[in-house]
Amino acid sequence: MNYFTKLIGWVDERFPLTSNVKAHLTEYYAPKNFNFWYFFGSLALLVLVLQIITGIFLTMHYKPSAELAFASVEYIMRDVPWGWLIRYMHSTGASLFFVVVYLHMFRGLLYGSYRNPRELIWLFGVGIFLALMGEAFFGYLLPWGQMSYWGAQVITNLFATVPFIGPDIAEWLRGDYLISDATLNRFFAFHVIALPLVILGLVAAHIIALHEVGSNNPDGVEIKKLKDKKTGIPLDGIPFHPYYSVKDLVGVVVFLMVFAAIIFFAPDMGGYFLEANNFVPANPLVTPAHIAPTWYFTPYYSILRAVPPIGISQFPGVAAMGLSVMAFALLPWLDRSPVKSIRYKGNLYKAWLAAFVISFFILGYLGTIPADTYGQFGAWLGKADIATVIARICSVVYFAFFVLMPWYTKKDKTKPVPERVTG
Amino acid sequence: MSDKQNDQYQAGSQTGASCQPSQSPQVNLEKRNFLIATSAVGAIGCAVVAVPFVKSMTPSERAKAAGAPVEIDISKLPAGEMMTAEWRGQPVWIIHRTDEQVAKLANHGTQLSDPNLEVPQQPDYCKNKERAIKPKYAVMLGVCTHLGCSPGQNFVATADWDGGFICACHGSKFDLSGRVFKGSPAPTNLVIPPHKYLTETTLLIGEDGEVA
Repeated sequence: MNYFTKLIGWVDERFPLTSNVKAHLTEYYAPKNFNFWYFFGSLALLVLVLQIITGIFLTMHYKPSAELAFASVEYIMRDVPWGWLIRYMHSTGASLFFVVVYLHMFRGLLYGSYRNPRELIWLFGVGIFLALMGEAFFGYLLPWGQMSYWGAQVITNLFATVPFIGPDIAEWLRGDYLISDATLNRFFAFHVIALPLVILGLVAAHIIALHEVGSNNPDGVEIKKLKDKKTGIPLDGIPFHPYYSVKDLVGVVVFLMVFAAIIFFAPDMGGYFLEANNFVPANPLVTPAHIAPTWYFTPYYSILRAVPPIGISQFPGVAAMGLSVMAFALLPWLDRSPVKSIRYKGNLYKAWLAAFVISFFILGYLGTIPADTYGQFGAWLGKADIATVIARICSVVYFAFFVLMPWYTKKDKTKPVPERVTG
Repeated sequence: MSDKQNDQYQAGSQTGASCQPSQSPQVNLEKRNFLIATSAVGAIGCAVVAVPFVKSMTPSERAKAAGAPVEIDISKLPAGEMMTAEWRGQPVWIIHRTDEQVAKLANHGTQLSDPNLEVPQQPDYCKNKERAIKPKYAVMLGVCTHLGCSPGQNFVATADWDGGFICACHGSKFDLSGRVFKGSPAPTNLVIPPHKYLTETTLLIGEDGEVA
């Protein structure tokens, strides 16, 4: 027995090292037919690690104070050796986090990965998504630029629209009568410690739940149903390591190429990743001419703007925006199709999914522009803004995708599902 | 699990102290009630300890002090122009309206969302034709009632615009009394903060002493 084996043995008597490596890597059997869409889970984990590491280094130079925050970010960009790179990695990482998470969620929609027995994996995932949105929102205030300030102003005022207790909640969140130093300081606390802990915990739960029930696959068949009689290994399963660890490495390489290209050639991505107004220090007395959230929030922001107020209350729009995010959590119970994967679903589901994706993109675009960009309809439509009317139509499609799902997934003509994966 | 621990576990199970009461011959109700009572007291304790943490996030004494009333000298404000003061970090507009501008306000009635000032966006002493203590001077928070942006000044009158404010965020329009025009995303008129005149040309914003 060599020294390394002895060392491992020594550890194993005190900590379940080998058994965990087996359970989660070398003897975790994943379906052999994973495709392109299965890159994004591991990539999301990679970006999470990158964000935590770059974030730690940014906190070494950043000052969470209304007086000093803006200048300290400029200091990081100009004076701290390689500070610009670390900051651009963090800001680009934030946007790419949403890119990979959206693609990861879309994979779930394609192959029914949220269906029984994976409901909890999906719910943990929705939790991660919500925490990630909070993390991005709190982080966006920290540079203390105009868009940071007024974005936070708009979002905290959303809470103020809750009937009766709203204004008190908003004041409690801000810790002041307006967005101020107190707000910045607490958002910093949420951003660097509170939410990262929540996200890490949820990611652990997400993966533990996944490894308990096993991965879904593009055919949506359960590989655990057919096992080798002698070994008990699923016939269509291959060990995660080395097969998928190597496959995921290819994804990592391609991802890092895109990541590096953005950091070096287009770190602000034409105003979508870093908005021009955020290079102006926050000024509570002057509102920028046009306020738009960063691109990953714009579909929900569009829904917020599209819903008209009831009486004097803005709450309906705010509630609709909240529901548009929370609706994802209900998917496991809304989908009544006898099959999981889109490969065996009928045209009805495919049409609804396509309509949903198109609406999502249109809403996302409309959220980045002022409501009067495309002018108004004539008097016959009450001179409504054209962009607002389009946003209203897309919002209806967005919610119809969820609300009507029990009906159209049942009515859909599905194809027979094969016994084993098709490769 | 070592043998010793295992023995203890089984012994516990026989006396009903295990966490699996269904396997035990009888439930020790006294112990169970004691556990329920202590858990309940513990939960109440946790809730009480949460109070200071929740309260710590409310505005501090310093923030409250910064929210004190401010005095403004309006003697040098020419007619047809406005000035911006800061109260609680929010812009407060003081607009010195010309007689012509005051006269035109009366024509907006049917175009406004709330011409009769039914929504309490102003103190009672400003619930009048001009929404002001003195008709010439309008005082209001320059914060859009839609989502809190600060509307832009647009005083140049044209054929169909008597001068007022347009919010750049979502296009809400207000007249020189801060009354919102129909079709704006903003649901209500701009807020008039509590204020009073200390002298003919000195305003106190943030306090009215319940007098007009």
